[in-house]
Amino acid sequence: MEDLSKLSLVEQINGLKSKKFSSIELTEFYLKRIDQEKVLNSFISLNENALKEAKKSDEKIAKNKSSSLEGIPIAHKDIFCIKDQKTTCGSKMLENFISPYSSTVYEKLSSSGTVNLGKTNMDEFAMGSSNETSFFGSVLNPIDPERVPGGSSGGSATAVAANLCSFATGTDTGGSIRQPAAFCGITGIKPTYGRVSRWGMIAFASSLDQGGIFAKNALDAALALENIAGFDEKDSTSINKKVPPFFNQAKSKDEEHVVGIPKKIIEDIKDDNVKNNFFESLDILKKSGVKVKEIDLKNIQYSLPVYYVIAPAECSANLSRYDGVRFGHRCENPKDLDDLYERSRAEGFGEEVKKRILIGTYCLSAGYYDAYYLKAQKIRNLIKQSFMDAFKEVSSIMMPTCANVSFKLNSIQNPVEMYEQDIYTIPANLAGLPAISIPSGKINKLPLGIQFIGNYLEEGNLLNLSNKFQQNSNFHNE
Amino acid sequence: MNNTWESVIGLEVHVQLSTESKIFSNAPTKFGQTQNSQASLVDLGLPGVLPVLNEKTIEMAIKFGCAINANISSKAIFARKNYFYPDLPKGYQISQLDDPIVGKGKISIEIDNKEKFIGITRAHLEEDAGKSLHDKYENLSAIDLNRAGTPLLEIVSEPDLRSAKEAVAYLKKIHSIITFLEISDGNMSQGSMRCDANVSIRKYGDKEFGNRTELKNINSFRFIEKAIDYEIARQIEIVENGGSICQETRLYDANKNETRSMRSKEHANDYRYFPDPDLIPIIISKEKIQEIEKSLPELPEQKIVRFIKDYKISEYESKNLNASRELSNFFEKVAKKISSPDLAAKWILGDLMAILNKNNSEIQDSKISSDDMINLLCKIEEGSLSGPGAKKIIELCWSSSESIDVLIKKEGLDEVKGEDELLKIITRILEDNSKQLEQYLNGKDKLFGFFVGQVMKETQGSADPKLVNKLLSKKLKQ
Repeated sequence: MEDLSKLSLVEQINGLKSKKFSSIELTEFYLKRIDQEKVLNSFISLNENALKEAKKSDEKIAKNKSSSLEGIPIAHKDIFCIKDQKTTCGSKMLENFISPYSSTVYEKLSSSGTVNLGKTNMDEFAMGSSNETSFFGSVLNPIDPERVPGGSSGGSATAVAANLCSFATGTDTGGSIRQPAAFCGITGIKPTYGRVSRWGMIAFASSLDQGGIFAKNALDAALALENIAGFDEKDSTSINKKVPPFFNQAKSKDEEHVVGIPKKIIEDIKDDNVKNNFFESLDILKKSGVKVKEIDLKNIQYSLPVYYVIAPAECSANLSRYDGVRFGHRCENPKDLDDLYERSRAEGFGEEVKKRILIGTYCLSAGYYDAYYLKAQKIRNLIKQSFMDAFKEVSSIMMPTCANVSFKLNSIQNPVEMYEQDIYTIPANLAGLPAISIPSGKINKLPLGIQFIGNYLEEGNLLNLSNKFQQNSNFHNE
Repeated sequence: MNNTWESVIGLEVHVQLSTESKIFSNAPTKFGQTQNSQASLVDLGLPGVLPVLNEKTIEMAIKFGCAINANISSKAIFARKNYFYPDLPKGYQISQLDDPIVGKGKISIEIDNKEKFIGITRAHLEEDAGKSLHDKYENLSAIDLNRAGTPLLEIVSEPDLRSAKEAVAYLKKIHSIITFLEISDGNMSQGSMRCDANVSIRKYGDKEFGNRTELKNINSFRFIEKAIDYEIARQIEIVENGGSICQETRLYDANKNETRSMRSKEHANDYRYFPDPDLIPIIISKEKIQEIEKSLPELPEQKIVRFIKDYKISEYESKNLNASRELSNFFEKVAKKISSPDLAAKWILGDLMAILNKNNSEIQDSKISSDDMINLLCKIEEGSLSGPGAKKIIELCWSSSESIDVLIKKEGLDEVKGEDELLKIITRILEDNSKQLEQYLNGKDKLFGFFVGQVMKETQGSADPKLVNKLLSKKLKQ
């Protein structure tokens, strides 16, 4: 049998179809890998029925009734509700929460024939950039176990990077797919806001949250994304547009590219290694015939403060439902209603979550709303406008994914320093634009990523550009 | 009540809209079902669920706006109103703050035969909360979320009302508008229409308003009048004794007929409203408003005029018949089927209303249907049933499951005596009461009534009193 860990998603699909190996064999392979790499702490829970699902897929393949991703073992970030399975969102608050329904993302992938291996670890309620805020413990970076995998979707990123699954789902509110993808040396895409349904995806900041994919390369990501994207009447912010064939688009030779370089941002890169890597990556693109143009992105420097008003504001309301009344953690012997609220929430939420609820509550309070929330929304619109202006001239924008490589566990104690992790990823969330991170090289064995931001609904163009880069480089296979 | 003090009242009326399903979920809105059987995943506020607007509520709100000649907003935005309460599952209520769907308008009321206009500040859509049940279990509160998510239209008046009487007239007017528009069943006992009253007093001639108190959740016309009157008296007493009014929320206790403090302004909530990122702004086109305006049903004011013209009834009768849509429809159904519609007006407003009031019922719960009424009135018109007979049948019909015709037969009221038969009875009665006859003939005119009574007794009310009168006076003159 082939070395299953080396196979791309497309190769796995073909292998299953041509019966070189079965879904049970592939699933057993990954379950064994997961067991071997337990120390990474990538998973919060495993799906007891994984092999049963694999068996069903094998039966379908035998009857030639297979769906597009039949028998492919994958992992889901533990933010996606799955009926009758634990969905914790990385929090003590939901430690024992068994969802009575499934998210649209899970439903779609399930009906595409995937086998669910389990739910991956994450920062609590997706708040964090290192996976260190998880109630279920930190996740280790498979490239260097002393370092963080990035966050918040750290479990999914490591699961793909360490060959614990074929691909994985994630969510990205300010960089939670792209930053861990960069830290773990894999491909991660956050589509246009509204492209993937948020139904059943536990909310952090509703206007920024977007589901996406971790995969080994751009083509795999394209194929996986095709299977989770699409209009959903259960999500009012879902975009009612037909999903193009991303996989074919990614491979197409007809896509045209003019890549915008935001001059000021690139000039200001502090880390020389990151800066050099950016220009080396640019050279690879140029050599493959891609046109490049310098652009100016106005107001982009305000992204971080704007984000840290809007995201906490929304989360302060989104997390109010965890009150100990209907589900989730409930304190013992509350003496009255206030005590029930106060202790259930004090005990159920971790420090980072509490901090953000407080910041958000403050920003929305009478007397502060105009100065913080309203002003942040205004700047957010200006940032959106800057991107719109840029996309009149270019088809995508390139910048680093992160300001640095993965850092050591517990090494960042200053919250602002941690928040600055997302300095290059946040703008795409504020504007609702699709963005992808792909591996672009290593510094002392630690991976770096570059990021492409595309115009609305232009995921196909981004995937095509990324595929072009990966055809002319080998970082994604290292 | 007092010549020094003028009371100033503004009302907030919450109207439950009669949609099949809830405002943001597809759960049914039926009243009186098993606890929590009408609460969907969305109503329970589970992690990951999202609201989807029921478009019917927008149409209903626009209908109301058109009916009061208000500005309809071209854009409606939903906002989150944040507060913790066990029957508020998400920890926030989806409501409207800026850009309410209905803007300024006015409503006319009639007070002492004079028309007065009451300004409407706004009317906005929001979701209802669930119910807390405190007396079901010892030391525990129970929550019923069947009502959670029921659509509400909150209608806010200007502080234009000057007495409890005006407040009641205004409420009755709102009630008739919403029922005629068929946007609500207006059933106050089931909470379909609830009211908060802002009450303050000031010296006549003063321009400034006094400190106001808010009376919460009053759910009958009778209680609103009592609650406001009590509150005005309470405030006057405080101020006249040198005290000042504390701005606070007060609860009306119908059993004790008093208001008592719920929370003072110092403890008032800061609701931290902000636009709900799960719901996109609703754009309302001019065409849509025009379309709805054209399809508006006939409103009470138009109907009052038409009834006077079409059915030749008095203005007083027409107004009373148009107190509710159901009553107005009931009358019209009957009036169309009988040859003298004024007879229908008299019977419906007279004996039928009397028995409804006696049994604390509304016309829609009447045990005497419009068909029954047509049957009765036709019999009266053709002379086969007497007035007193019909009166008796209405009373019997209320407590019997038998049909009108069966009841008439049972009571022997169908054997209305012809002239010949009546004459025989009259002759016999005069013979049997020769003493009285002699007295009468000697000038004791009063005894005429005695004879009529005897005849009616003999015929058990089945005789037409007019005919009896006619025949008796003819006979006595002989």
